[in-house]
Amino acid sequence: MDSYQETIFKLKRFWAKHGCVIQEPYDIEVGAGTMCPETFLRVLGPKPYSVAYVQPSRRPADGRYGENPNRLYKHSQLQVILKPAPANVMDLYLESLEAIGIRLDQHDLKFEEDNWESPTLGAWGIGWQVMLDGLEITQFTYFQQCGGVDLDLVPAELTYGLERLVAFLQDRKSVYDIEWVQGVTYRDVRFLDEQQFSVYNFEKADVGMLWKLFELHEAEAQRLIDEFRTLEAGPEKSRFPLLSAYDHVLNCSHSFNLLDARGAISVTERVGVIARVRKLAVGVATSWVDQQALLAAGEVAA
Amino acid sequence: MSELRPFLFELGVEEIPHWMLQPAMADIERLFRDVCQTNQIDPGELNLDATPRRLVLRCSGLPVRQADREELVMGPPKSAGQGAAMGFAKKNGVAPEALLTEVTPKGEYFAVRHQIQGRELRDILAEALPVLISKIPWPKAMYWTGKGGQTFIRPIRWMVALFGDNIVEFEFAGVKAGALSRGHRRMGSDEIAFDHANYEERLEKNGVILSAGKRRKRIQDGIKKLLRGKGLTLIADDSLLNDIVYLTEYPTPILGNFDAKFLDLPQEVLSTVMRHHQRYFTLKSADGKMAPHFIAIMNMKADKKGYVVKGNERVLEARFNDGRFFWEVDRQRSLASRVPDLAKVTYQTKLNSNYAQKANGIREGAVRLASKLGYNESDITRAALLCKVDLTTELVKEMTELQGVMGGLYAQADGEPETVWKPIYEHYLPQSMDDAIPASLGGKILSIADKLDTLEGCFGIGLIPSGSKDPLGLRRAAQGVVKTMVEGNLRVPLRQSVTAGMQANALLYPPAAGEPNRETQLWEFFLDRIRSYFREVRGFAYDEVNAALAGQWENLPDVLDRLFALKLVRQTENFEPLAGSFKRIGNILKQAGAVGGTVNPSLLETGPELDLSNEMERVLAQVAEHRKREDYIQALTAIATLRPAVDAFFDKVLVNAPDAAVRANRLALLGRLFNEVSSIADFSEIVVSSTSE
Repeated sequence: MDSYQETIFKLKRFWAKHGCVIQEPYDIEVGAGTMCPETFLRVLGPKPYSVAYVQPSRRPADGRYGENPNRLYKHSQLQVILKPAPANVMDLYLESLEAIGIRLDQHDLKFEEDNWESPTLGAWGIGWQVMLDGLEITQFTYFQQCGGVDLDLVPAELTYGLERLVAFLQDRKSVYDIEWVQGVTYRDVRFLDEQQFSVYNFEKADVGMLWKLFELHEAEAQRLIDEFRTLEAGPEKSRFPLLSAYDHVLNCSHSFNLLDARGAISVTERVGVIARVRKLAVGVATSWVDQQALLAAGEVAA
Repeated sequence: MSELRPFLFELGVEEIPHWMLQPAMADIERLFRDVCQTNQIDPGELNLDATPRRLVLRCSGLPVRQADREELVMGPPKSAGQGAAMGFAKKNGVAPEALLTEVTPKGEYFAVRHQIQGRELRDILAEALPVLISKIPWPKAMYWTGKGGQTFIRPIRWMVALFGDNIVEFEFAGVKAGALSRGHRRMGSDEIAFDHANYEERLEKNGVILSAGKRRKRIQDGIKKLLRGKGLTLIADDSLLNDIVYLTEYPTPILGNFDAKFLDLPQEVLSTVMRHHQRYFTLKSADGKMAPHFIAIMNMKADKKGYVVKGNERVLEARFNDGRFFWEVDRQRSLASRVPDLAKVTYQTKLNSNYAQKANGIREGAVRLASKLGYNESDITRAALLCKVDLTTELVKEMTELQGVMGGLYAQADGEPETVWKPIYEHYLPQSMDDAIPASLGGKILSIADKLDTLEGCFGIGLIPSGSKDPLGLRRAAQGVVKTMVEGNLRVPLRQSVTAGMQANALLYPPAAGEPNRETQLWEFFLDRIRSYFREVRGFAYDEVNAALAGQWENLPDVLDRLFALKLVRQTENFEPLAGSFKRIGNILKQAGAVGGTVNPSLLETGPELDLSNEMERVLAQVAEHRKREDYIQALTAIATLRPAVDAFFDKVLVNAPDAAVRANRLALLGRLFNEVSSIADFSEIVVSSTSE
């Protein structure tokens, strides 16, 4: 039986072997691996890119103080992007399961329709949830749009829910009983995160401060997007910090999730706030596409 | 006649959503028949099959070549002269002397007869199939080869197009049609050679049962075998069975268990988790209660090591544990104490409203209905107040399909009386036209009030379904109201309810100047649903429905009574001829612009006219008696006896009499007859069949 970390190593090695850049987690809080610039921005534009990384995904409202055996504030996703998706992407995915010790002749596997949509990111895709012996272990999506932009190359996104998958492999009823590495359980490593962040997110987070943060990050992201749009094509536009603008969008999104978990967003506000984040995400995405075109033109000229 | 050869077309696709497969087969068949018709080919016998990964069309025999045919091309009239003839001949590539003369009613024309050679079918198919693929309509298509590429429901990965032993050569989205099929993802080869005779057999060896019927039978037989001698009975679920048939290529049932301690959770929760979330069949024991077992269907041949059973059992236990956790947490607060939380749940963004407002709208409507139906007002008020509160519970957030049901169960657990909790439990019913309506009177009232409130709110801000789009489920809501009123025998005036509701609604959302009348729009929407309910669900003929709805009615069960009577009495010999006469009367009255007036007996001429008047008064008196008892069969039967008198009248009496007073009197006579009878059903709407005489 492989430990939690060994399973992650194996998945990373498998995807490295199939041409993926292995990245480390992004260092800003995100709700899903999709939001990392490695996915959100890289899927845009005509450049092929394949990448895999583990992304701790924080969903404040899902916290259960460490008391629910299957529900976490911060769970880990192994995110794989294959851009463009190769024709044998399904076979590759099945091979990756075999690489972590799942014998496909002994287990039942079904691909059930599950399309993905993120209103805050202006993104959607078509795909499946992959069911292994009745357990959802992966989300498989062919992206169609990101930041409201039609994608030039259609990437496949594979998102493995690591805790669930490993609990299955290790036959554990609670994710906290997963063996992280011999002698160390998931509980040893992660319980305090779950407990303390649940307390903070549900009870302590200062709503006034979160709103202030939201507005500061929003203003900064918008300022950058606006400035980018005023620039003429040229070196300054090519080196313009859109990545920094996107970091502020992610911070906005996380502040929104915290406010939501805190019950601080009223019915009437909610839709409006999502639209504000979406506007920023779309702004960065469309700018990013322009900047990439500019850079590509520069490469051709040089 | 050209030689016939079998044709096989297999479209290999990544897993297609199961619910789209049956419509897709029908679309492919339709599109293929269109191709054959356009090209004047007899398709012979067609067979369609589908699994999640393949759509298959087979013809037992298509001609190798299209038949040769002649085509006549008409040219200029002969009178146009030699110059025109030369031009026409040149254009058609024939010598002028080869032109024919065609004689038409308009005169003589130059013409050319072309002999058109039939094309090779292989060529026709190679052109037609890519177009056919692109024409299959899908609910939500995707692209995968890059922006601007072909779209389909999921990526196409292989195609087989075999005509006889030859490949029909074409390409779609970068995939070339070939001769090799693929088997099951995990149990089959990716390169299966086969011929027309052994196709299904070769697929089956590779883990694919092509025929949905065989997959269904394998599931059913497998379940029987699993349950033999165990004292367990399957709780049949045809819709689940159908889903699984189209979710698998090689279905095999397995029997799993769960800890009996979970049986003290509400059965509704257990059943939702098993059937809806996990797609398991549920079972009952000999005592009729839910048994701690389930049947899952694998997409593979056998679970030799028992891993699949074990995996499914563990998933189920985790889900039940979640369910138990939520059930216990939710009950720590009573529904009543959660009422203020409703203000935080959005109901309709465009209405800018929350569920506290929604509950209030339901309450107003429910109280109006309850007062007419003799239901306790404080009970229905409390039920309306609480009915949406379960949206704030963890369990319903997790299992949205249990909304209402959980509210009822929580209310019951809180000690609310049955007259309160049962209506809450049932108020989402009926969810479809096949679904049952609420059993309790309170449930019926609450269900109707909820749906009316939704319709009034949406119509009030112009959210009216158009075309096939109905994202808010408004058609279903209106159908639900109609079904519940008719099948629940609720004799309440629907039109009045709509009017009252729309008036209350207009106070909340005042109409803008110049906007169309909302109430009229909603009422017309209802009339459409009512017509479709009586026609499609109840099977009445469209003219019967039109006739009954054109009468004067208040409530829907009464319309049903009239329809039954109409359907029965129209089969008697006098009815349809009489209906024909009524159509004539209707036209006469319309032409004369007649608006009633009283009959002056002294102006009636002895003979057919006076006879008709006497007969009419006698019959209408009977009809009035029958109507008091709402006995429409007797009423219509009585009316049908008027036929000889009406016939004799039209035979002998001229309505358009020269004397204005006599004429007016005759119109008044007919007008009275027409209006009295039409208030039951407008006979002139009845389409008289030519065969009935």
